Order: sequence, then C-alpha cells, then structure tokens
Amino acid sequence: MANATITRVQPTAAIATSWRALAILLLLAAATALPFGLSGYQTFQITLALAYAIALLGLNMLTGFSGQISLGHGAFYALGAYATAILMDRFDWPYWATLPVAGVVCLIAGFLFGLPALRLEGLYLALATLALAVATPQLLKSKLLEEWTGGVQGISILKPDPPDFLPISADQWLYLFTLAVTALMFLIGWNILRGRVGRALRAIREHPLAAEAMGVNIALYKSLIFGVSAMFTGIAGALGAISVQFVAPDSFDVFLSIRLLVGLVVGGLGSISGALWGALFIEYVPNIADQISKAAPWAIYGIFMIGFMYAMPTGVAGGLRLLAGRLRRWRGSTE
Amino acid sequence: MEGLLHQVLSGLATGSIYASMALALVMIYQATHHLNFAQGEMAMASTYLAWSLIAAGLPYWLAFVLTVGLSFVAGVAIERIVLRPLANAPVLALVIVFIGLLVIFNSVAGWIFTYTIKTFPSPFPPEPLFGGLISSHELGAMGVTLGMLALLYLFFRYTRLGLAMRAAAQNPVSSRLCGVRVGWMLALGWGMAAAIGAVAGMMIAPIVFLDPNMMAGVLLYAFAAALVGGIDNPVGAVVGGFIVGVLENVAGAYLIGTELKLTLALVVIVGVLVVKPSGLFGRVLVSRV
Repeated sequence: MANATITRVQPTAAIATSWRALAILLLLAAATALPFGLSGYQTFQITLALAYAIALLGLNMLTGFSGQISLGHGAFYALGAYATAILMDRFDWPYWATLPVAGVVCLIAGFLFGLPALRLEGLYLALATLALAVATPQLLKSKLLEEWTGGVQGISILKPDPPDFLPISADQWLYLFTLAVTALMFLIGWNILRGRVGRALRAIREHPLAAEAMGVNIALYKSLIFGVSAMFTGIAGALGAISVQFVAPDSFDVFLSIRLLVGLVVGGLGSISGALWGALFIEYVPNIADQISKAAPWAIYGIFMIGFMYAMPTGVAGGLRLLAGRLRRWRGSTE
Repeated sequence: MEGLLHQVLSGLATGSIYASMALALVMIYQATHHLNFAQGEMAMASTYLAWSLIAAGLPYWLAFVLTVGLSFVAGVAIERIVLRPLANAPVLALVIVFIGLLVIFNSVAGWIFTYTIKTFPSPFPPEPLFGGLISSHELGAMGVTLGMLALLYLFFRYTRLGLAMRAAAQNPVSSRLCGVRVGWMLALGWGMAAAIGAVAGMMIAPIVFLDPNMMAGVLLYAFAAALVGGIDNPVGAVVGGFIVGVLENVAGAYLIGTELKLTLALVVIVGVLVVKPSGLFGRVLVSRV
C-alpha cells in the first residue's frame, strides 16, 4: 500500500517538473523573439522591466523570503547604477565587464549595512532602510563624491553597440543581453532559494526562535542574504543605467525604493515568478496612468498596495497558484 | 558666538516642530506598536487643507482650529476603516499599508494642488526679535508647540478619558475588563496624532514652504527624535525633538553643511538603534524566551 502511493506520486511530480521546464523554455524562446516585433522604445521599456525583475527578485529574497523589511533597496539600485556608470565613463570599461563589479560592490555594501541591521527587528529595520532611501540622493549629490558621481549633473554613458556579426539594432542587442543576464540571475536565485538556504530563510521569517533552536545560524543567514539581495538589486541598477544611458541623483529618490516595494507586493511576496509580474506592473502602469495625471500612477500604486494586502496578500503569483490549484482539484473531482 | 546662539535658537524652533511630529509618532506607537510611516504625509495633507481654507478667505486662527478638528476626524476614520481590519496582521503587511497610505496622500495632494511650491502664511508678525537672534515665527512656533504639549499633559494626567487612553495603551486586556472601550481609545489616539501632526505641519510650512514632498525630511527627523528620546516615552520624544533640532542646525552650520542634513538623520537613526535602542528615556524591552 505504501509502495503504491510512492510509485503513484513520483511520476506525477516528475511530469509536473518537466512540464514546468518546458514552459520556462517556451517563455524564454518567446522572450528572445519578442524585440523583433517591437519598436525601439517598446524594446527599451521591456529591457527596463527585466532589470526591475532582477531587482525585485533581490528584494524578495530579503523581504519576501527572510522577512527583513527593506524600504531602501533603491539605494543599492543606485549604487549598482553608479558603479557601472563610473567604470564606463571614467575608466572606459566595456559595459558587460562592469556588471560583476557592480554586483560585488553591492554585495559588500549590503553585507555591511546588514551587520548593524541584524540588531533591528521588523519595524526598525524598515525605518533604518527608509532613512537610507531618503538620504541617498543627498549622498550622491555630495561635494565629497562629486569628482566621481558628477554631482547634480550625473553621468551620461554611451549605448553599447551590438557585435558586428549580428544584424540587429543596439536596442535589440541590449534587450537580449539583459534577457540573458536576467535568466542567469533567476537561475542563481532559484538555486539559492529552493533548497537548504531557502528553507532556513523561511524559518527565520516564520519563527526566528524555532529556527535558531533547529541550528540555523540566524546572524550569518540574515547578513548574507542582505548582501546577496543587494547584489541582485545592484546588478539590476547596472543594467538599468546601461539602458537609460544616464544616471543622476534625483532618479534614485525614496520613491524608487517604494516602487520596488509596490512591485514586490503586486508580484507576490515570497515567490520567484512574482518578480516578473511585479516588474511588468511597475514598468507599465505609470506609462498608462501618466496620461490621466502626473500623480495618477502613484495613486494607483498606493491603492494597489493596500488593496493587495487586504485581498491578495500573496500577490499575482500567489493568486495564479491558487487558481491553478482550484482548477486541478476541480478536474480531479470531475474525473 | 552670536552665530552659534542664533543656530541653537533656530534649532530649538525647528526642534519644537520635530518634537510634535515625534509626539504624534509616539502616541500611535505606544498604543499599537506601529510606526506610522504616513504621519508626515497626513500632516502635509492637513496643511494643504489649512491653505485652502485660508485661500477661501477664512481668518488664520479659524482655519487653524478647523484644520485641527478635521484632521482629528480623519485620523479616527483612518484607524477605524484602514487599520482596524489589520489588527492582527504581520508587521510586513502593516508597513506596506502605511507606505500605501503615504503614497496615496502624497499623490492625491499632488493631483489636487499640483507640485508647484506654495507659500504658507505665518500668524506671527514678520519682524525678527532680540536683535535678529530669532524670528517671531520661530518663537511663535515654539510657543504653540509647548502650549500643545501642556494641554496634552493636562489631558492625559487629569481627565478620565486621558486615563482610559493610557490604560488601553498599557494593558489592553485588563482595560477591556474594566469597561474601557479599547478599540475606540486606539482610534482616539490616531485622531490626536493626526491633529498634532496638523499643528506641526502648519508651523513648519512657513519655513520649508508647502509642497507635497515637504514632510519627508521632517518625518525622518521626527523618527530620529522619537528614537533618541525612547520610542515609547512622550516626554522623551519632546526632549529628543529639541536635541535633534539643535543638532541638525549646529551640525549643518559648522560641520557637514546643509547638503548632508538628511544623512545626519540617517546616522542618528541607525546609531541610536544599534547602540541604545531604548533611547534616552525608553524602557528596555526584555523578551521572554
């Protein structure tokens, strides 16, 4: 009897996994073909959405999975963007080589900010990171750093050219490059979150005391995930800077951090695919709502944040999962 | 020396405004253990309300009283409608709802009143006092804040309702058993916090000018002030407000320049939280394992 259930379960799980792999491959293929049917500006928009998706995945690791609330991830996004801009502008580095550097810089910065943050619980961490987000534009404008950051003026960088052997436009090339980086980052993120580390993080979120009793090194995991999360967001910032071709202090204000939080909530806390939904939301809603009023996108963001917390706390990704579960049960009962 | 004195005095004046915002934060924190990230934007919305009333031709002090009253009602309404259903929600959900409120207030104010900067009238005469040491608005703002503090102290110390509110904050379960309507006490606390914020907003608006983003910095300083004084202690919040106000002005003038003032708030917040999370006057929390 016991054997029978095991043999029944395993094939379905395997089938489900291979179906999912197939779906992801199809999605990637569709995403690769996408820019060839779009205008330059539309390609630029979706490139930016991909960058946001990486940032949201990073934020989700920290806030969604390990339960540490960050209202200041815009600061790491800015740090990554400036690292890339400075390397490209002052040191003539190729764009692709700046990404690992931006990632490492943010990893270290995040880890260092995470160390004092270890002592802060819930609300207080939210407060400290909010202060970080509010202070970021001022820090970037500071006279002390002006030589590097260009002060209020910011830094302009050149759009990278596609390789000679490919007959595509610079926008399309940048999109494909970003897509490849996004796929890689999601693969890394999935590998971090699906196993031991992911379980430890969720345990810390749900019940820190119990997690510690079971041997999870809370301090280590918390500060490490802060660093890794900042790294993801920093790489996203770097990609964002390359595609916008410009960095300036005022584009990294507290509202960037709040935007990331909106994407996180709408996409789905504690869900990897949620990062994609959230990124599409924060990229496209302002474009549509801007036509009503300059303030409209933010009013919509605010309403969605509160509305989702009431009605759909697991976001779009959680909602879809729920729907799929219902569908499966419904099919199971009719069979 | 005269310059330093001037900086300290005007620091005390802005400090009094931080003190009232910090007090509003502490009122909500004491009762519900929430940090109201939307407090600044609520104050900003109240200030816009006052501006519209004055623009409609009402005398300043009538507009002042009306604004405080309406803000109180709005605060009660927000607690009853938005926060009551989330009484047992996890911290993350609450932070998100507060940020949502912040964004909604900010954008609706921008939508209605546009993002252009407006001047806000001061009820006090424009000429400086004591040979230019302090402007009469600064002195007046300090007076209004201290007067409000005295009223609050009297309310909490000597009225039945004030006692009930303190009881509800300290021990909700026992208070409910004694017949205190705890839910309504929390709502009243929210209303009072909103009213205090409205006063702070109207006092700071002539200095920083009126625009939808005017309170971001003020809120940060208010948080710093509340933390310095101890987040659960109203007297501490006021003392913290004055300390932070003076620190901000003196450091801004002599140490770091005006351009890094907000970074100072960040340093104060992180510093207090890491070194002495209970602040100067707060209770040290010990959690049972």
